[in-house]
Amino acid sequence: MLKIRNLAKTFFPGTANEVTALRDIDLDIEDGCFAAIIGTNGSGKSTLLNAVAGAFQADAGSIELAGVDITGQPEYRRAGQIGRVFQNPFAGTAAGMSIAENIVLAMRRGQRQGLRRAVSRKAREEIRARVRTLNMGLEDRLDNPIGTLSGGQRQALTLLMATWQRPKLLLLDEHTAALDPKSAAQVAALTKEIIERENLTALMVTHSMQQAVQLPDHIVMMHQGRIIEQYGAQRKASVRVADLLNAFDRVRRRDLLDPDVAALLARQYA
Amino acid sequence: MTLVIGSFTIGLILSLLSIGVFISFRILRFCDITVDGTITLGASVAAVLLVQGHAPWVATLAATAAGALAGFVTGILHTRFRIQEILSGILVMTALYSVNLRVMGRSNVPLLDTRDIAAPLAGVLATLVEDGEALHLAGWRVPVQDMAMLLTAFLVTAAVAWLLHRFLLTQFGTAMRATGENPQMVRAQGINNQNMLVFGLACSNGLVGMAGALLAQYQGFADVQMGIGMIVWGLASIIIGEALVGKTGVGLAIVGAMMGTVLFRLLVAIALRWGLDPNDLKLVTAAFVFAALVLPRYGKQLVRKMLGGRHYA
Repeated sequence: MLKIRNLAKTFFPGTANEVTALRDIDLDIEDGCFAAIIGTNGSGKSTLLNAVAGAFQADAGSIELAGVDITGQPEYRRAGQIGRVFQNPFAGTAAGMSIAENIVLAMRRGQRQGLRRAVSRKAREEIRARVRTLNMGLEDRLDNPIGTLSGGQRQALTLLMATWQRPKLLLLDEHTAALDPKSAAQVAALTKEIIERENLTALMVTHSMQQAVQLPDHIVMMHQGRIIEQYGAQRKASVRVADLLNAFDRVRRRDLLDPDVAALLARQYA
Repeated sequence: MTLVIGSFTIGLILSLLSIGVFISFRILRFCDITVDGTITLGASVAAVLLVQGHAPWVATLAATAAGALAGFVTGILHTRFRIQEILSGILVMTALYSVNLRVMGRSNVPLLDTRDIAAPLAGVLATLVEDGEALHLAGWRVPVQDMAMLLTAFLVTAAVAWLLHRFLLTQFGTAMRATGENPQMVRAQGINNQNMLVFGLACSNGLVGMAGALLAQYQGFADVQMGIGMIVWGLASIIIGEALVGKTGVGLAIVGAMMGTVLFRLLVAIALRWGLDPNDLKLVTAAFVFAALVLPRYGKQLVRKMLGGRHYA
């Protein structure tokens, strides 16, 4: 279970560029829950994901994963339990190295890298079998540099790498946003398949309301660094894209409204 | 023949420097100019130990360790104290100038009556030739000592290259390669990319220190100025090597760096023989590296423009 309490982060504090990205975030994600985070640009979705991954240290609050406080752990140590797929298909793999070499790193995620040959015969067979499940024909191209693959193929491999060793938490940061529609649909379907098959706990940032309605079983809505709404399993079952858009519209109107005018209207029409 | 043997020997010795630069520049993608100080450090440490009567292999290993320590410090400055990579290298390189003077006690240490690392092989070769002093290759007289140094340099460099190749294909070596390519991805796989970088820089500078030790033994002296511009030398060798064997594959890249160094040394020797002023050598080397870096980028545009001009003429 992922438990976040009072998480806060301000970038460039005390300067003209000060940005409060996260404010008092409280969030519980149960084991086996697939949650999506939605929100407008700059609402803190990716920042929240990066805070959980350990890309930076939060200013305040705590993050607990599977009963262990990971707040102070560096990113690489958290990675032993957290699988990640980035928005940029180029970010999750080493372009100049082969498919097999990339995957062997994931095979030993969180373990000590030893002095044995990385791509051993046994490892190669295991990689071939698992890559075959992607149905992309990549099992015959294990020695090709991963940089020669399309964005969709790379993102599918990154997903495979992130879940090679069952993570306690899978973080997906708009991982289909940079792909063409066909590849995005493929990767989204693969994501759902892997998460359901492995019964993974996952947190996905997305801009696609369609994806937010279709894929996860929990929706977290963020705005200006705060969680403003959550749709748990029951509410989520009946939510439609239009409901989410309306919710955002309400927030936007509220932001546009001057607080004094809002108070006046409230008095008038109370 | 002396020119060829000498060029090959120095080329092979400096191959260790090129392999070190290959690790930092190509594998770790870290612009490490500590190298200019490290090669002198290796030469200084080895020279002083040899003068004190230590065995050549002890002096060479100590020089390697000293070089590794310098690389380690550069890595720590960059990763733990967040100093820019160039500045980390500059700081250590500058500090090493004083360290080298301290180690040697003066600016130059001659190695007149000391044994060098090729002495055991020279002894063996001397027993195999008739006069005990020189071999005769294709009508040329090659002193046993020169041939022994050439063979020793070849054996050491080949062994280092083979070990490095094996290492880079291990789990640890693969992680190190990935660190240079994509540190974010490496962290996401649970690997401490900062430790990898520090380790890689230590390996890189360790090899450069070893090159310095062998160079001092071959030339018969260590000098505080001998490291100036060596980073550019290493880069030039790597670029030539890549032109010879391409950029694909770690093994080929290492062999390419070695071949590039030897070829570059030969070219330099020929240029000097044809009258190039030795004072201009660093300038010519820098110009060569500049051209090699810029031409692939702008050369095609230039050719396209020229062809285009002809087309519309």
